Amino acid sequence: MPMTKPGAFDSKGAWDGFKGRIWREEINVRDFIQKNYTPYDGDESFLAEPTEATKKLWDVVQVLQKEERARGGVLECETKVVSGLTAYGPGYICEDGKELEKIVGLQTDKPLKRAFMPYGGIRMAVQAAETYGYEIDPELKKIFTTYVTTHNDAVFGAYTPEMRLARKTHVITGLPDTYGRGRIVGDYRRVALYGIDRLIEAKKVAHYRAGCGNMYDEVIRMREEISQQLKALKEMKEMAKAYGYDISCPAKNAREAVQWLYFGYLAAVKTQNGAAMSVGRISTFLDIYIQRDLENGTLTESEAQELIDHLTMKFRLVKFARIPEYNQLFSGDPTWVTLEVAGTGLDGRNMVTKNDFRFLHTLENMGPSPEPNLTVLYSSRLPETFKKYAAQISIDTSSIQYENDDVMKPEWGDDYSICCCVSATKTGKEIQLFGARANLAKTLLYAFNGGFDEKHRIQCGPEMERITSEYADYDEVVEKFDWWMDWLADIYVNVLNLIHYMHDKYYYEAAEMALINNDCERSFATGIAGFSHVVDSLSAIKYAKVKIIRDEEGITKDFEIEGDFPRYGNDDERADEIATWLLRTFFDKIRRRHTYRESKPSTSILTITSNVVYGEATGATPDGRKAYTSFAPGASPSYGAEENGLLASLNSVAKIPYHWALDGISNTQTISPDALGHDLDERKNNLVQILDGYFDQDAHHLNVNVFGKEKLLDAMEHPEKEEYQNFTIRVSGYAVKFISLTRKQQLDVIARTCHATL
Amino acid sequence: MVTGFVHSIESFGLVDGPGVRCVVFLQGCRMRCKYCHNPDTWSMTGGKAWTAEALFEKVYRYKTYWRDNGGITVSGGEALLQMEFVTEFFQIAKKNHIHTALDTSGEPFRMDAEYLERFNRLMEVTDLFILDIKEMDSEKHRALTGHCNENILQLGQYLSDHGKKMWVRHVLVPGITNQEDSLKALAAYLRKLKTVSRTEILPYHTMGVYKWENLGIPYPLDGVPTPTIEEVTAAAALLA
Repeated sequence: MPMTKPGAFDSKGAWDGFKGRIWREEINVRDFIQKNYTPYDGDESFLAEPTEATKKLWDVVQVLQKEERARGGVLECETKVVSGLTAYGPGYICEDGKELEKIVGLQTDKPLKRAFMPYGGIRMAVQAAETYGYEIDPELKKIFTTYVTTHNDAVFGAYTPEMRLARKTHVITGLPDTYGRGRIVGDYRRVALYGIDRLIEAKKVAHYRAGCGNMYDEVIRMREEISQQLKALKEMKEMAKAYGYDISCPAKNAREAVQWLYFGYLAAVKTQNGAAMSVGRISTFLDIYIQRDLENGTLTESEAQELIDHLTMKFRLVKFARIPEYNQLFSGDPTWVTLEVAGTGLDGRNMVTKNDFRFLHTLENMGPSPEPNLTVLYSSRLPETFKKYAAQISIDTSSIQYENDDVMKPEWGDDYSICCCVSATKTGKEIQLFGARANLAKTLLYAFNGGFDEKHRIQCGPEMERITSEYADYDEVVEKFDWWMDWLADIYVNVLNLIHYMHDKYYYEAAEMALINNDCERSFATGIAGFSHVVDSLSAIKYAKVKIIRDEEGITKDFEIEGDFPRYGNDDERADEIATWLLRTFFDKIRRRHTYRESKPSTSILTITSNVVYGEATGATPDGRKAYTSFAPGASPSYGAEENGLLASLNSVAKIPYHWALDGISNTQTISPDALGHDLDERKNNLVQILDGYFDQDAHHLNVNVFGKEKLLDAMEHPEKEEYQNFTIRVSGYAVKFISLTRKQQLDVIARTCHATL
Repeated sequence: MVTGFVHSIESFGLVDGPGVRCVVFLQGCRMRCKYCHNPDTWSMTGGKAWTAEALFEKVYRYKTYWRDNGGITVSGGEALLQMEFVTEFFQIAKKNHIHTALDTSGEPFRMDAEYLERFNRLMEVTDLFILDIKEMDSEKHRALTGHCNENILQLGQYLSDHGKKMWVRHVLVPGITNQEDSLKALAAYLRKLKTVSRTEILPYHTMGVYKWENLGIPYPLDGVPTPTIEEVTAAAALLA
C-alpha cells in the first residue's frame, strides 16, 4: 500500500548545504527557493564570456538555422516515427562534438528536425509535413485516421452547427482545436530537486488515495490521469538513460540540476506541440545550485555561464511542425519557451540572482534570439544595477519583455511562471486552459448588421434587428452591442468547454501534469481581439458624428466620421474610460458562465501576431479603420491614434485594470535609439525611468523595441545581410526574427508607431 | 490668468533637457529658418487654448516617469512670444518641485527695462534655458532666419551674467552653417559664457520637409544633404 513516511526524504547527500525543512518532507519547490536563494544587487561585471565549446556549438547551430531558412523554414520533418519520450535514441547538435555539449537532449535524433506528433490531429500533422515536401508514412496515416481518435477529430465531431459558423466567420478564432493548447508549465525544477523516484512515490500515493471509493466520473478520470503521469515519469528515466544519465535521484550539483531540469522540459516538448511551451521560472532555482558549487570551489563562473548558455541553446532549438494557418496566426515560428528572471518575494526581498544576469547575458554571448522568450518580472524596487543591465540588453537586442511583478504577485504569489507569452500561472499548482480570442470588432459590426457577417455574407447567430439610421446613435449601438457580446460570450465559452474536454481526453499532457500537483487549480483563459478599434469606434460615435455607409444589401461597408473625437492612447479619460468599461462588460459576460472542470475564468487583451489575420477577416469599423486591414496588436492603441507620444500612450494602457484581465494585457512599443537619449548611459537611465513610471501605475506588460524604422525597411529589402540573420524584434507577447515574418507582417510592424520626436 | 496657445504636446522627450521630459510646443514664431522642421508652428493664430493650470494638470500626469531626472520643457514655435503664459505655467511647476526648461531661439528678447522686468520673472522659475544659436554673423543670420542676431547673443550673455544654467544648440547645415570661421566665432562666444553646461551640434535632417509640403510652402533647402557623421564630429570638435 503506497503511503508517505514521516520525516525528510533521504537525498543521499544531494541536499547537503541547503537550508529549510518543509521542502524536504513534501514536494515544495517554492519553499526550497525561499530558504536558499542568494539575492544579488551588484552589477554585470562578474559575467563570463562564451567558452570555446559554446562558440563552436553555436556556430554549428547558426549554420543549421541558415539552412533551415534556405529550405523555406523547416530543415527536416520526421515521417516514420511517432514522437514520444522514448521514440528516439540520443541526439546531439553535432555527433563529432558531443563532448562539447554540457547539457544534452534533443526532441528528435537530429537538431531542428521536427517530430511527427499526430495526437492533436492527424490531418494537421500530415499537412504540416506536406507543406515542406515530406510525406508521412501511409501506415501511420492509416493508424491515426482509422484506429485512433485525435483531439481534432473529437472536437469537430462534437461541435454544433452554430459553433462551426462562428469559427468560420472568425468572430471567434485561433482556437486550439487544430493544434495543441499548450500553456501548461510542468514544474521542471522538481526533477532536479527530488529526482524521478521521489516524484513517482508521491504520485503513487495520490493515485491510491484518489477519490473515496465511489467511482464517480471525476474519480475515474483522476485515477486514469495519474496512471498516465506515472507512465510518463518512468519513461523520463528511460529517456535520460539513453543519454547516459540516471535521473532517479536528486541532482547532486549544478550541472546535474540544469541537466535534470532540462530532461523534464524535454519530456514536455517531445510529447506536446502546444501553442506555447514555457519552461517557467527556473533562473533563481538554478542559481541556488550554481551558488553552492561556486562556494564549494567545484564550479567557476565561466563554467556556470557555459551551463546556462548551453541550456539556452537547447531552448533555441525547440521546434514543431505546424500548418500554414498556424503560422499566419503566430508568425515567425514561435514556440514560447518563456523563461522568467527577477521578480520579488512575498517577504519583500527581491529575487534577482546572478543567474538572472547570466540568462540575459546569453543574448550577448550568443547574440539576439527570439527564444527562449526572456521575461523580466519587473518592479521599480528591483536593484538599479539589474534594471540598468536589462535596459541595456533591451537597447542592444530588443529581445526581452517586461511584466509587472507588483500586480502579478498579489494574484499569483511569488512562484508563478509565465505560461505563454504574458499570462501567469502558479508553478506546479495551477494550469491554464488556453482559449484564443473573440473578435469584438466584428461583434460590433454584428450589432449594426443584426448578425449578418460582412465578409462571409452569411447570417451568424440569430437574425436580429439591424441599425437602420443614417448616423450611428450611441445608446442604440451600445445596447445592441451589449446583446451581441452576450451572444458571443456564450458561444465562445462553450466552444472552449468542448475543446478542453477533448484535449484532456485525447491529447492529455501526461509529462507536464506529472510535474504538477493533482489538486491543481485551472484558469480558463479567454481573449479579446480588436480592442482599440472598438474603443475608438464607440468614442467616435459618442463624441463625433458617424455616418454609416451601406452596400446594396444594407450591410455596413464603411463609416464616415464628421468632427474630432478622443482616441484611446492619448491619456484622455473620455476614451480610456470606454476601454475599461469594455473590458469589464465583456469579462462579466464570460465569467457568469459555466466553465470546464471548475476552472476560473480570465481574459486577456493580447493578440500575438494574429492581429493581422483577425483584421483581415473584419470589415470597416466606425473608428475609421478600413475594411480587412490589420487590428492594432493586443492592448496597444491603434496606429496613428497617438497624438501625444509614447508616455501618453503608456498612460492609457496602464489604466486597464489587470485584475480584470488576469490572462494579460500586452503592449508593444518601438523607440528609436536616438530618441531615447544622447548616449548609452542616458538611454539606459531613461529606459529604466520609463519602465518604473509605467509599472508603478499598475500596468501589466511592455515589449520594448529599440531601433529605427530605417533598419526595418532595410532588413525587409535585404534579408540576406549578415547583420539581419538574428535581428530580433518584440511583437505582441513574444519575439521573432524579423526576416522570418511574412512580408505582410513585416509591413504591419513597420506601419506601427515608431516613437521618435523631431 | 493668461491663455496659452499650444501647438502640440509630446509626452516623450528625452533629448530636450535633462532626463525624461514632457515637451510643450507653443504656437507662433516670427523666425523663418530655412531648415525649420516645425513650420506648422509659425502661424500666430491657431493652436489649442489652454490655461496654465489645465496644462499643468495635463503634463503632471507624466510625473511618474520623471522621478528626480526629468520635467517640463516648453518649446515652440517661439516660447518667449507667450512669456506671461510660460511664466505662469512654470510658477505652478516650481510650486510642485518640477524641473523646468525653456527651449528658445531668443528672437523676442529685448534689453529694455520693461521687457527685462517681465523676463526676470520667467528666469526666476526656469531651471534651464536651451538656447539655439543659428549663426554668429548677423547678416548671415538674417539671410537664414529673417532676423538679425544681436539680441539673441545678448540673451546668452544675460543668462550667463545672471548665473542661469543653459544648453546651447547649433543646427549644422552643410554649406550653410558649417563654415569653420562661423563655428570658431561661436566657440569664442561660448567661451565667454560661464553657465553653459552642454553644447550640442544638431545635425540638419529632412524629416520635417513633408510639413512644408502640407503647408504649400516651397522648401528653400531642397537638395541640401544631411551632414555626415564626420562633419558632425568635426564641428563638435571646433566647439569643444
